[in-house]
Amino acid sequence: MDLSPFERVGDTVWRIPPVGAMRVPAVLYATEGLMRDMDDKVFEQITNVASLPGIVKAAYAMPDAHWGYGFPIGGVAAFDPDEEGVISAGGVGFDISCGVRLLLTGLTRAALEPLPVKERLADALFAGIPAGVGSQSAIRLSAKEMDAMLTGGAAWAVARSWGEPADLARIEEGGRMGGADPAAVSSRAKERQRGQMGTLGSGNHYLEVQEVVELFDDSLGRAFGLAVGDIVVSIHCGSRGLGHQIGTEFLRAMALEAPAHGIRLPDRELACAPLASPLGQRYLAAMRSAMNCAMANRQILTHFLRQVFRDILPEARIDLLYDVSHNTCKEERHDVDGKSRRLFVHRKGATRAFSPGHPDLPEAFRAVGQPVLIGGSMGTFSYILAGTFGSEVKSFSSACHGAGRAMSRSQAAKRWRGQDVVRGLAARGILVRSASFRGVAEEAPKAYKEVGAVVDATSAAGLARKVARLVPVVCVKG
Amino acid sequence: MESAAAAAPSWQHFSHAADIGVQGRGRSLAEAFAMAATALVAAITDPAAVISRQSVSVVCAAPDREMLLVDWLNAVIYEMEMRQMLFSHFDVAIEGTRLSATLGGEPLDPERHQPAVGPKGATLTALKVAEEGGLWVAQCVVDV
Repeated sequence: MDLSPFERVGDTVWRIPPVGAMRVPAVLYATEGLMRDMDDKVFEQITNVASLPGIVKAAYAMPDAHWGYGFPIGGVAAFDPDEEGVISAGGVGFDISCGVRLLLTGLTRAALEPLPVKERLADALFAGIPAGVGSQSAIRLSAKEMDAMLTGGAAWAVARSWGEPADLARIEEGGRMGGADPAAVSSRAKERQRGQMGTLGSGNHYLEVQEVVELFDDSLGRAFGLAVGDIVVSIHCGSRGLGHQIGTEFLRAMALEAPAHGIRLPDRELACAPLASPLGQRYLAAMRSAMNCAMANRQILTHFLRQVFRDILPEARIDLLYDVSHNTCKEERHDVDGKSRRLFVHRKGATRAFSPGHPDLPEAFRAVGQPVLIGGSMGTFSYILAGTFGSEVKSFSSACHGAGRAMSRSQAAKRWRGQDVVRGLAARGILVRSASFRGVAEEAPKAYKEVGAVVDATSAAGLARKVARLVPVVCVKG
Repeated sequence: MESAAAAAPSWQHFSHAADIGVQGRGRSLAEAFAMAATALVAAITDPAAVISRQSVSVVCAAPDREMLLVDWLNAVIYEMEMRQMLFSHFDVAIEGTRLSATLGGEPLDPERHQPAVGPKGATLTALKVAEEGGLWVAQCVVDV
C-alpha cells in the first residue's frame, strides 16, 4: 500500500486526516512492513467507512486489515444512534458472529505423544465433527425450537444438554445475545440452517487440537489456566447458512434503501441503514439472532468434541477458556473525550478485547482482561492475547483476529496439492483430516500471512498483550 | 486470473484478498450471467466433474442489472445449499431486470467432487454488469 497519504503517529500507528467526505480520521495500527504489504483497497475502504453518518472518533483498521466488502476485514467503527449513526451489514459480514472458542483439556503433550493415540483422536474428531461443504449433523430443529435457539443461543444449547452450565460464564454475553427477534429472520434463512446446527462449515473454519509451546506472561498464563505443554482445542466457525442468508438479504435491502434515508454511499458495497430506521432495527434483531445461532453452534460442537474425548482420552476434562466472536456489531458504552456514550461498534474481522476491570467481563477475567483468541493457519501458530487498558482509547477495545491470506484461493490451489500438504504436515507431527484435498491446498499454511507479525504489531500498538503461543497437533478442516 | 477459455463465452476468477471474484463473459447478458454462475461453481469444484442429471428452476427480479446478478448468484447458492447439489448447466433468460433459469446438476458427492469451499453469498464488491468490446461482462466478489 502506498504510505504517502498517511501521517505516521508512532511505530505502529498511522493516521489519515479527514479529507473530502471523511467525517473523522482513519487510524491504522501496523508496522511499516505490514502497512506496505496491505492491499490499496484497505485505504479506499477505511476512508469510505470514515465518511459514514454518525461515525464516532475514527475509523480503525487492525494490523491484519485486508480488502473486505464495504468495510475492510480488520475494520472497527462505532456509530452513535443519536447522531444519525448507521448500521452496516457489510460492516459485520456474511458470517455473522464468526468466532473462536478455546477449550482447556487438562491434558499435556505426553497424552498425545503415542502416534496411534493421536491418529485415533484425529480420526474420531473427523468422524464426530460434521465438517466441509454440505456437511450436516443429525440435529433437526422444529420451527419452535429454531426460534428458541435464535433467542437462547448457547444457553438454549446447554438447556438441551449440549454442554455444561459452567460453559456459559465463559462466553461473550453469557452465551445469549439479548435483543434477538426470530421474527426478523426470514424463512429462507431458517430453512438454510435446518440441517446445519452443530456443523463446522468450510473455507477457513476448523477445529484444532493444539499445544501451548510458549508463555509470554506467566501471571496471565496462570490466570487463563495455561502452562507450556498443555493441550487445548480451538474451534473457529460461525452462524452457518442462517447468518449467510441474513447477510445476503440485508446487504441488498440496505443498498436499495440507502437513498431513501438520504445516505449517499461512495460505493454500494458500503450499504447501511440508520440505526433508528425500521430496517436498521430489523437488521439488529436478525443479526443478534444470528449471534445466538453462532454461539449455539459452537456450543453443540463442543458437546460433540467432549463425546470424542470421552471415548479416546477419558481422563480429559474439557473446560471452556473463552468464546469470542470477530464479526459483530454490539451496543456498548465507551468513554469518548471523557464522556460515556452508547455506541454501536462494528468489528469486521476484529476481536473485542476488554481491558482488566471491565464490568462485562466474567469474574474470572475481571482482574486480568479478556482472553483474545487469534487463529493462524493449520501449519503455523495461533495465539492467546489479553485485553489491555489502552485499547479502550485506541480502538474501542478491539484487537486483530488472524493472519489474513497472502494469496488467493486459486493461486494456492495451483501452487500446492492437498495430498502433499497433508503429508508434509504429518511429517511435522500435525495430523490434518479434511473431506477435500483441494480445500486443504487452498488453506495451505503458506497461503496465509505470518500471524506472528500481526500479533507482535497488535501487542506493540497496545491493543492487547501476548499471553501464549500454540501449535497445531490435529486439525479438522472445514 | 484463472481462465477456462479465452474466447466467449468464458468465465474466470479474479483475485480478492480473502474471498473470490467470479466473472462471466458472453455474447448476451444471459450468457454472461450463465458463465458467472459457472465461475461460482468452479470456486467449489471442477464444473466439468458435475453431471447434469436433475434440473431446478429459478426466477429472480431486481431493480437493476447489477442487483439482478447478485440475486441470481445468491439464488444458485441457495439452491445448492438447500438441495445439497452442484450445478454445471445454466440455461438463463433475461427480460429487462427479470431472470428465469433452469439449472442442471447432480447431488453433491464429497468424495468425487472434492468441494473446496461453500460460498456464503454474493457481495456488492467489484460488482459490474457492462458491455465491453462487444461482450457482456458480469462480475462480483463472492464471500466464501
